[in-house]
Amino acid sequence: MTATETTHATPAGPSAVPAAALALGDDALVLSHRLGEWAGHAPVLEEEVALANIALDLLGQARVLLSMAGDEDELAFLREERSFRNLQLVEQPNGDFAHTIARQLYFSLYQHLLWTELAAGQGPFAPLAAKAVKETAYHVDHAVQWTVRLGDGTEESTRRMRAGLDALWKYTGEMFRPVEGVDVDGAALEQRWLAELDDVLSRARLDPPEGPRTGAWRAGAGREGLHTEPFGRMLAEMQHLHRSHPGASW
Amino acid sequence: MVTDAPVAQTRLEQELAALAGSVPDPEMPVLSLAELGVLRGVRMREDGGVDVDLTPTYTGCPAIEAMSADIERVLTDHGIPQVSVHTVLSPAWSTDDISAEGRRKLAEFGIAPPRPHASDGPVPVSLTVRCPHCGSTETELLSRFSSTACKALRRCTSCREPFDHFKEL
Repeated sequence: MTATETTHATPAGPSAVPAAALALGDDALVLSHRLGEWAGHAPVLEEEVALANIALDLLGQARVLLSMAGDEDELAFLREERSFRNLQLVEQPNGDFAHTIARQLYFSLYQHLLWTELAAGQGPFAPLAAKAVKETAYHVDHAVQWTVRLGDGTEESTRRMRAGLDALWKYTGEMFRPVEGVDVDGAALEQRWLAELDDVLSRARLDPPEGPRTGAWRAGAGREGLHTEPFGRMLAEMQHLHRSHPGASW
Repeated sequence: MVTDAPVAQTRLEQELAALAGSVPDPEMPVLSLAELGVLRGVRMREDGGVDVDLTPTYTGCPAIEAMSADIERVLTDHGIPQVSVHTVLSPAWSTDDISAEGRRKLAEFGIAPPRPHASDGPVPVSLTVRCPHCGSTETELLSRFSSTACKALRRCTSCREPFDHFKEL
């Protein structure tokens, strides 16, 4: 129970809700943008469509969440890097297809557990969570199918899947750190996440990655506004049109 | 699951709800918004304006804006001075909210209708999806995602035609 007490975010007053919505909304927005970068580059047409669809779901979730925190457009397009509260995991570049699938596997397993938990509660995120949990179930399904196919595939696909999982492993600890206003038990969520991940990896005939998942010198501070080097460039691309033409509309 | 509260109360509201509900879905125009089950409420305001509650199929469904604009236009043409369409998330829309008539029209249009709900999210592929063209149950999944957020792409192994399947949500 000690673990529960230390990782369970204090059920905070209404003032914590906008900050919590910003953190969860930034996760969805940033990952949505990263997945959108696959448009025109995915290995097959079906994957192009799949990744864009997942990006669209995340964008919808981001719009609801950012609107709970303020003006969605201002928040998305006019904030500086240090004001974003997303996990460092979601800002990581796409890499090859297996790398993207590894990021999807880690994040969508987490997000599905998170929405499941929040949908069961009575908090401010319950209405969105009830909807998003069903969408995220398809994201999990997509990531799991590909992880198994690549992990238990050819020598080359196994090598790449392995490399993607290893490279992103150090960003996975941050997902379970408490966020004020998000009323979930981080430690319990982490245990379920590890169990589900183990199950997928064993089906893919892959060993779980080794090494620290948190506490590294830089990984795990996205929630405090400390981001990795590729994030600034991603933001520049995401924001430049809006910043270059203020107030423009279709 | 959403029918515990009536969409409209007074006769005028019922009339306006029928009008709003008759608006075709922008992505699948064979379906009306009423058949899709996304219209949640129509209320007259004291100032003579009307509030309409609409729920998205998917959180990020881009069609919601076209739906709102179409509802506004239909009700404004009917003499309502001011129409406000609100997006409501709760209770979450489910494919079970599509009416029986809606399902029939989907199949007729070449889209396999969603199967009744099992649990949240994906349904085991062992439950068969019938080909909307030839009726065969021998169909296979090509991609979990298709032309819009709400559909998956399948192929009939009997008649070889690919088709969209309105996937369960």
